[in-house]
Amino acid sequence: MSTVSTRATRKGVVRTRPLVAAAFLLPALALLGALVVYPIGYSVHRSFFDASGNGFVGFDNYHEVFSDERIRTALKNNVVWVVVAPGLATALGLVFAVLTERVRWGTAFKLVVFMPMAISMLAAGIIFRLVYEQDPDRGVANAVWVGVHDTFAASAPYPGAHPRPDGGLAADPDGAFTTTSALRAGSPAPVPLVAVKPRYAKGERDAQPPRAEPGKVTGTVWLDFTRGGGGTPGRVDPGEKALSGVKVEAVRDGRTVASATTGADGTFTLPAAADGARLRLPAANFAERYRGAEWLGPTLVTPSIIGAYIWMWAGFAMVLIAAGLAGVPRELLEAARVDGANEWQVFRRVTVPLLAPVLGVVVITLVINVLKIFDLVYIIAPGSSLPDANVLALQLYQSSFGTAVNQGLGSAIAVLLLVLVLPVVIVNIRRIRKEGRR
Amino acid sequence: MTALDATPRVTAVRGRRPWPARLAARLGGGAVRLVLVAVGLFWLMPTVGLLLSSLRDRSDIASSGWWQVFAHPGQLTGASYDTLFHNDKVMHSLLTTTLITVPATVLVILVGAFAGYAFAWLEFPGRDWWFMGVVGLLVVPVQVALIPVAKLFNALGIFESTPGVVLFHTAFGLPFAIFLLRNFFAEIPRELLEAARLDGAGELRMFLRVVLPLGGPAIASLGIFQFLWVWNDMLVGLIFADSGNPPITVALQQQVRQFGDNVDILASGAFLSMVVPLAVFFAFQRQFVSGVMAGAVK
Repeated sequence: MSTVSTRATRKGVVRTRPLVAAAFLLPALALLGALVVYPIGYSVHRSFFDASGNGFVGFDNYHEVFSDERIRTALKNNVVWVVVAPGLATALGLVFAVLTERVRWGTAFKLVVFMPMAISMLAAGIIFRLVYEQDPDRGVANAVWVGVHDTFAASAPYPGAHPRPDGGLAADPDGAFTTTSALRAGSPAPVPLVAVKPRYAKGERDAQPPRAEPGKVTGTVWLDFTRGGGGTPGRVDPGEKALSGVKVEAVRDGRTVASATTGADGTFTLPAAADGARLRLPAANFAERYRGAEWLGPTLVTPSIIGAYIWMWAGFAMVLIAAGLAGVPRELLEAARVDGANEWQVFRRVTVPLLAPVLGVVVITLVINVLKIFDLVYIIAPGSSLPDANVLALQLYQSSFGTAVNQGLGSAIAVLLLVLVLPVVIVNIRRIRKEGRR
Repeated sequence: MTALDATPRVTAVRGRRPWPARLAARLGGGAVRLVLVAVGLFWLMPTVGLLLSSLRDRSDIASSGWWQVFAHPGQLTGASYDTLFHNDKVMHSLLTTTLITVPATVLVILVGAFAGYAFAWLEFPGRDWWFMGVVGLLVVPVQVALIPVAKLFNALGIFESTPGVVLFHTAFGLPFAIFLLRNFFAEIPRELLEAARLDGAGELRMFLRVVLPLGGPAIASLGIFQFLWVWNDMLVGLIFADSGNPPITVALQQQVRQFGDNVDILASGAFLSMVVPLAVFFAFQRQFVSGVMAGAVK
């Protein structure tokens, strides 16, 4: 992907003594030789020796790479990375590149999406540690996720709340609470609850004492707690908060005969059928709230880190594809439209095939990049799920440096990484040679 | 016109199509805008979250999300940055990062330009084979070199030192530098070099007076690319830098394991470490993009 093409076999401008050419090349070749080429040979050699470096072990280290539990997790994760990340990033980049073409402020959009490429994986890692914070009150991912979840599945209004010990209600084994005495039509039932977390009672109105209604069972569910002390337990004192949205049921002989939900002032009204039954507050009122997904837990940690990676690299795909798109002849697209193709058909049958070479370069680049992924995993995965997020480059680092190291094993992983990128080296050299012959 | 704005706009042939199609196109256009705005905000959100978190108190970060500052602007405070600026280790690490990045960038340009010039214009046996060898090194993962170079540097006495990190980054930046510069230098018109030669210039003078000045754009791309690459590196610094005097990425990494306790320093430090690359990115977008495109295989 060079922006400049190479010229056909050129002669040097003027014949020069080989010594002069050598002088120009020496610094580069010395550095490359000592720090890139020699290490390749050394790593291959070292990978056949044990941890101490003295005992020849043949292919044992390679055998260990494919049998050790931790390294197999790393291999498996690398496969997931290679299969998912480059494809997703490229697909997003393609969509963004095509869509921004039609918008006047497309450049601003591209700038926003491309920007993460300029920052370090460490900074991106810290950014996403904050995003994936488990507590939905702190981590934006779970805040959104819980919000969506609660929109579709009603959540318990007052987790952890319970009646006063002397409040006339007894706990059932399943977490519900039932009154110890039967309900009577015309005589109101007070249902005082305590231990409601302040943030759940926020925004509640003042509770209304239950009014007697002939032929009906009425009552109030409220937070029997006066801020700053005072108040009488079991009585609705001024300023005590109502608990709205609590489901109440009238149960007789194990059957629910009527049910209602408390209003904004905490009151509820049950029909006459409830007379003589007992009042039950189902456990669903007090269940713990949905706390969102465990993004950085053992099962989700790799997909979560891949998400952060895509945030960083979709912009790369987008910019390269947009440059390729600029080279697509407009007439072809227009011709397809005139022939009656809709936008999707134009995209699928004309744009994408024309972009195939660019898409190929983008995917290959991302595959190489993903094979070596290290920083993001190391920073985002908390210590407890680091083994589940393991990748080859991370395993290599841990096997080679720090405590209890086995550099023979580390070298074997390094050689494996090199072998995995080798096909790309060959493709590269072929392309350069072809360009050279042109 | 910026570098990111490389695509010509679609000018649909309007008027010819019947009105339902035009209406659909307009509605579709509205939907596209809506989607792009939503995606743009989505992409910005993580960074905004970091910035706002860095501007809140540690106790606020521990108890609620950064979006609460929209409801309580009073929470905004520079306390985290104050803590950060008084943290000598992190502050010093910024200097270390600079002392690694600037030499590694200058060296790669210098060494790469010498070699690129030789590959483009000097005659020597096996030139194209040598060049192909260099191109083959483009995608060699740095991981392959970690153990051997650590041993080598140990023997040379530069393991865990800034010069070692600089050398490592220079070496691994070279294949790309040589590839990019050689291709660019090869495009310089032969006549310019021949004229200089007739004036009696030697190889060194032709290189300094003709090739280097004309290679400006490619050198700029390479410089920006290498600068960001080295500034943002963590792995090489983790192994080869002096752990008592590490670059910023490593200094912050050392605090990550106690994420909750250090969240104030981590958020403000991460943002501070982003300021330089972001400034470079916004100032030199064009060069950065062409560098990225040229190095798509790195």
